[in-house]
Amino acid sequence: MSTVRSIWRMMTLNKVGFLGLLGVLFFVLMSFVGPYFVPLDTQTKVDKIYQPPSWEFWLGTDSEGRDIFSQIVHGGREVLMVAFLAGIMSTGIAVTLGALSALAGGWVDSAIMGLADIVLTIPHFPLLAVLAGLIKLENYVLLAFILAVLAWPSLARAIRAQVLSLRERDFVEAARALDLGTRHIILREILPNMVSYIVINLIFAMTSAIYAQVGLVFLGLVPFSGKNWGVMLSLAWTRGAIFYKNSIWYIMSPVAAIALFQLSLVSLTRLLEEIFNPRLRTSV
Amino acid sequence: MTATSLSQEGRTFDPLSLLMRLTRNYMLRRIFIAFAKIFIVVTITFFIVRLMPSNPVETYIAELMDQYGYSYEEARDEASALFNLDLEQPLWEQYVQYMKNLARGDLGTSYRSRGTKVSALIARFLPWTLFSVGTALLISFSLGMLLGMIMAYRRGSILDHTLTSLASIVSAIPNYLIAMMILVFLGVQWKIFPITKMRGAYSPGMKPSFSLAFIKDIFFHATLPIITYVLTTVGGWMLAMKSSTISTLGEDYVTVAEARGLPERRIITSYVGRNASLPLITQLAISIGFVVGGSTLIEFIFVYQGIGQLLLSSINARDYPVMQGVFLIITIAVILANFLADFVYGWLDPRIRTS
Repeated sequence: MSTVRSIWRMMTLNKVGFLGLLGVLFFVLMSFVGPYFVPLDTQTKVDKIYQPPSWEFWLGTDSEGRDIFSQIVHGGREVLMVAFLAGIMSTGIAVTLGALSALAGGWVDSAIMGLADIVLTIPHFPLLAVLAGLIKLENYVLLAFILAVLAWPSLARAIRAQVLSLRERDFVEAARALDLGTRHIILREILPNMVSYIVINLIFAMTSAIYAQVGLVFLGLVPFSGKNWGVMLSLAWTRGAIFYKNSIWYIMSPVAAIALFQLSLVSLTRLLEEIFNPRLRTSV
Repeated sequence: MTATSLSQEGRTFDPLSLLMRLTRNYMLRRIFIAFAKIFIVVTITFFIVRLMPSNPVETYIAELMDQYGYSYEEARDEASALFNLDLEQPLWEQYVQYMKNLARGDLGTSYRSRGTKVSALIARFLPWTLFSVGTALLISFSLGMLLGMIMAYRRGSILDHTLTSLASIVSAIPNYLIAMMILVFLGVQWKIFPITKMRGAYSPGMKPSFSLAFIKDIFFHATLPIITYVLTTVGGWMLAMKSSTISTLGEDYVTVAEARGLPERRIITSYVGRNASLPLITQLAISIGFVVGGSTLIEFIFVYQGIGQLLLSSINARDYPVMQGVFLIITIAVILANFLADFVYGWLDPRIRTS
């Protein structure tokens, strides 16, 4: 009963955010569970090139007569994996460095913040493009790591500011007076207040990771080793799918999938903001 | 400064206190930071390129040796000439040489187009990016400011809600996807724009000059990139201006101005508008970096010959000197733009100057 109540709560808290949550769940399920139900169509059917959607092919066919819908279902997994990995890694780096910076102070603080400043100033996409030209980015974990290295500064700054302000707050002082130890202070007093920042920033790190990796794959800078939405975009582009009236489904399907997923993620942050920040809630 | 420090000790000239005195001035501090950033980025770029596993210089040497049968010394001399570095010297000395070259504006020679200096290539492509990005930012900033203020004054209205939703949606979608959608829907499907004629920076056969025809032409060709940049950034400006205006409207001096019976227009422009725009200047700095970075993809999609295209073609051709040079220029441009934004902010907000 209480799960139904909490779902109803989430729905009424923020309708847009709830839609975002549904969207994210839909894409996650589609990308990870879907492939078991929808087999990837790899058969070339020359007589069925660039067909519009029909009962047989839900999203139409591509330049070789293959079903687009199955490609979309299989294409999300890599994109989501890299995004999620990049998000987690960047959050980990950011929390560590941000907290360290705030708690250590002095030259450590200046050094870390200076580093953050430099990373923030360098335009990310050109740097990624150049790196892709210098090293072969075949391993997706490596790509996720590089994306994480570029994404940590903004969260680190926010974490540092939070830790600095929380350090002086009443409940921390109370915990110190009660001699509860640094570990307790960090884990039980400071971290719970930062959960909202962390989760929301995780989602934004994921959106920029998706932006970066799809962009790199689209430009052909990352050697593709599988089916993903970026690969679909790249193939559609190089095969001139934008210029034919009938092939619009081939190019628009991955575009729509990526755009909708990004939208869902961003909308989800609104819901999370309301959940984590009870002061913002209008009803108790 | 107290009397004692002036008369008794005299001015201290050791570097540290000089530095500290310099950094008290906001402007000088920003100049110093900008230079420091440029220096760090240049250093990092140099060492990354040289210390990467597939070091381009070594790769080039190996290529010369394998494909053309050069001996190591000959290959190395050839690479030296190309990269404008003396490769016999240890890495540190090469670094110093590189910095010296940089100070003279020498970025090396292109590998793919032999004999063309990298700086010449950049000079040919960079103005177009600056033109399209600059125009777009100007339009986006002004439009965003205007719409944001309107939204703040008409808070809660249908206009407000629609614009907010539109802004949120468009800023969540990656800008190159929006560019593709513009191309597919407006260009191919609904034929609003003659996209095949809009490729390139200007029509073939037109000579660059200051004639009206040429100026109209370059705007024609830059239309789609500019529309894309504007669409993807205006949402952020609108929302920022709206929240900034709302908080400014709650300030005491606005209430006083209204109580004094000043004309509405004067209040909007001089009191509210000026103060609400200030936080947007800092966002301008972030925007510039983002748009310049995204120009790589957008120029690819619209076949616009800007610096993004040069970067991409040089990466695909493994033209390392050009790659390095373009990346450097892009980053330096962003650092300078940030510095300019800081400067404008300091100029507009007297409180910063006197702090």
